[in-house]
Amino acid sequence: MAGQKLKQNYQKNIKQFHPKPHYFFNCVKAFLVGGFICLIGEGIQNFYIHFFDFTEKTAGNPTVATLILLASLLTGIGIYDNIGQFAGAGSAVPVTGFANSMTSAALEHKSEGIVLGVATNMFKLAGSVIVFGVVAAYIVGMIRYFIHLALS
Amino acid sequence: MRLVGKQTWEFENPIYINSVGTAAGPREAEGPLGKDFDITYDELRCGEDNWELAERKLMEQSIKLCLDKVELTPQDIDIFLAGDLLNQNVTANYVARQTQIPFLCMFGACSTSMETLAVGSALVDAGFANRIIASTSSHNATAERQFRYPTEYGGQKPKTATFTVTGAGTALVSRNQGPIRITKAVIGKVNDLGIKNPLDMGSAMAPAAADTIQQHFEDVGSTDDYDLIVTGDLSGVGSPILIQLLKDEGIDISARHNDCGLMIFDHTQEVFAGGSGCACSAVVTYGHIVKQLILGNLNKVLVVATGALLSPIMVQQKESIPTIAHGVVLERAGGPV
Repeated sequence: MAGQKLKQNYQKNIKQFHPKPHYFFNCVKAFLVGGFICLIGEGIQNFYIHFFDFTEKTAGNPTVATLILLASLLTGIGIYDNIGQFAGAGSAVPVTGFANSMTSAALEHKSEGIVLGVATNMFKLAGSVIVFGVVAAYIVGMIRYFIHLALS
Repeated sequence: MRLVGKQTWEFENPIYINSVGTAAGPREAEGPLGKDFDITYDELRCGEDNWELAERKLMEQSIKLCLDKVELTPQDIDIFLAGDLLNQNVTANYVARQTQIPFLCMFGACSTSMETLAVGSALVDAGFANRIIASTSSHNATAERQFRYPTEYGGQKPKTATFTVTGAGTALVSRNQGPIRITKAVIGKVNDLGIKNPLDMGSAMAPAAADTIQQHFEDVGSTDDYDLIVTGDLSGVGSPILIQLLKDEGIDISARHNDCGLMIFDHTQEVFAGGSGCACSAVVTYGHIVKQLILGNLNKVLVVATGALLSPIMVQQKESIPTIAHGVVLERAGGPV
């Protein structure tokens, strides 16, 4: 079909007009920011182990909670989206990105009320992460269980 | 004959823009055209409780300013044509609830500015109305939340993305002599060359703009009538594509072309490829281009507002983005301001 060919040609021809993404620099930025967030996490974990009665195993929960709080605060005062634009995956992958997706959705839908606005829309972006997280955990758990059975 | 060729309308009576009103947000105020807007707000909420109310305020302000300049009230207007980007055109509908003018709501995405102006001019020309106002608005935060992600979400956008302009523009059109004459309009067809990326609307819309401009030139039998051909929001990505597409057809507009999305912001403003949205072409045309026509810096301008008829649901269903472009010809009339 002539129309189909036109479409294919168009999509090929316009590539020259698109600004090139700097993959290398984006990777470096994501690495540095993501690493820095993890460094803060390490610091918080050591803080809890050092000053409170936590072990390396139990310090995980308060550390994650603190990071979520920090990311939500940064979202609320309008900074996290700027970090996200700069860092890309560096700030999206850590738990702070998850917190940002929930807080930003909650903020956005505040105008439609607490129940139908905030509560309903809070998981709009994060919901898929939870669904696939639970499904993946289930599948991996089953595999582990059967391997364990087979080996014993 | 009012229909010239296939898609161009030529108005038989002298039709004029008698007044314009523009309201714009903070980023637009900081941009190179900041001084051309009648009123600007230094914060995105414009003193309202939520984004939708802020957009509504922008449209209401632009109408009020437009009418105040010529000492008219909404009762003096016969038809109100308006549109915006939100579902069910809520901004336009709720403003119309306030103005109490017989109302025609229109949706052409970012092409609505010239769609309302063209249809309004046709109604005045045919005598269905003595005075009409054409108004369009968009707001960065309402558009972000409807078409993309929550405003504070930290997702990374590519350089091909555009930045929705916060603002509203209104024009008053009648047969009474005014500074700007509307002589022609060209109604576009829906084009779709298969672009599916909602963060690259310049590429999606360029063929629509090229189609409308080429058809218009064919209809009027001339390609060099205009000292400026300005597109709505093709941005830094779509503009060179448009020039190339027309060059392939043997039409060179590179020396006379500009894009509202590139005019409203400068490159230091971190707006990706440029501005977009209904208000982009509206505030640049009614705020800046109209002034340049009055001052005599421009004589004859073809404004082609480009619209990506984007629906997030259709994009998720893997459909491509249909696009459209409508043009209106504005000429310096030299009449009273």
